[in-house]
Amino acid sequence: MKLLQERIQKQKIGESLIIKTAVRMLVPFVQLFGLYVIVHGHYSPGGGFQGGVILGSSFVMLGLAFDQSTSMRLMSERVNTILGNAGALIFVGVAALCAIFGGLFLDYSALDALIPLGPIEWRSFGIFLVEVGVGLAVMSIMVSLFWDLGSAGKMDEGL
Amino acid sequence: MKTLALLATLVTGSLLLYGTMDFPAWGDPASPASGRLSSYYIENAVDETHVPNLVTAVLGDYRGYDTMFETVVIYCAGMVVVSVLRRNKKERPENPS
Repeated sequence: MKLLQERIQKQKIGESLIIKTAVRMLVPFVQLFGLYVIVHGHYSPGGGFQGGVILGSSFVMLGLAFDQSTSMRLMSERVNTILGNAGALIFVGVAALCAIFGGLFLDYSALDALIPLGPIEWRSFGIFLVEVGVGLAVMSIMVSLFWDLGSAGKMDEGL
Repeated sequence: MKTLALLATLVTGSLLLYGTMDFPAWGDPASPASGRLSSYYIENAVDETHVPNLVTAVLGDYRGYDTMFETVVIYCAGMVVVSVLRRNKKERPENPS
């Protein structure tokens, strides 16, 4: 804890030591909670949109407490764009796979022909795949909106 | 130009408001949404999808199109902001004029 505070105090960015230390400790838990909300959408309130926003907010928090380049060092612009595109593609790809394997578009039970789990289990698992895609897309779009609007598109230190 | 925009907004808005007059009353038990459909989801969703959370079952399976295009809308918003605002440092022209 003391080591963490000393390390943070050496950096000449951000404002308050308390906020920086607290954010540094909170971020892993916030990200874990975001993943939990995405994965546990089948059993409790939650799902891709909510979990994606929580995941993205951890990077927004880093950008506010430190500065934007810290946030961009931990989640690079390139990876962020790739994840966003991948998320949207997962959703449309799963839906198109259903149509290719002989069902209707977005009828997950058709994927039973690919891996035999049983059509009803596939409907449950298909929802999960789709939620993961939604979570990735929402997270990366949230983070990229914050970066772009916070630094007026220059992608430097930001706010 | 501003007057035209205001006029277009007003015309579209009044058209939409006119459209809401055909809606069923709030909480009407005879409306289509609270007729067959809701009870069908409540009775059959868990058996048909094995998802205990009905909201997720409706959102991800029965209304999959809706969720897909919600994602596409968010994706488009992000891409538009990136394409309008983001500047690549190497491509910026250095002329002083």
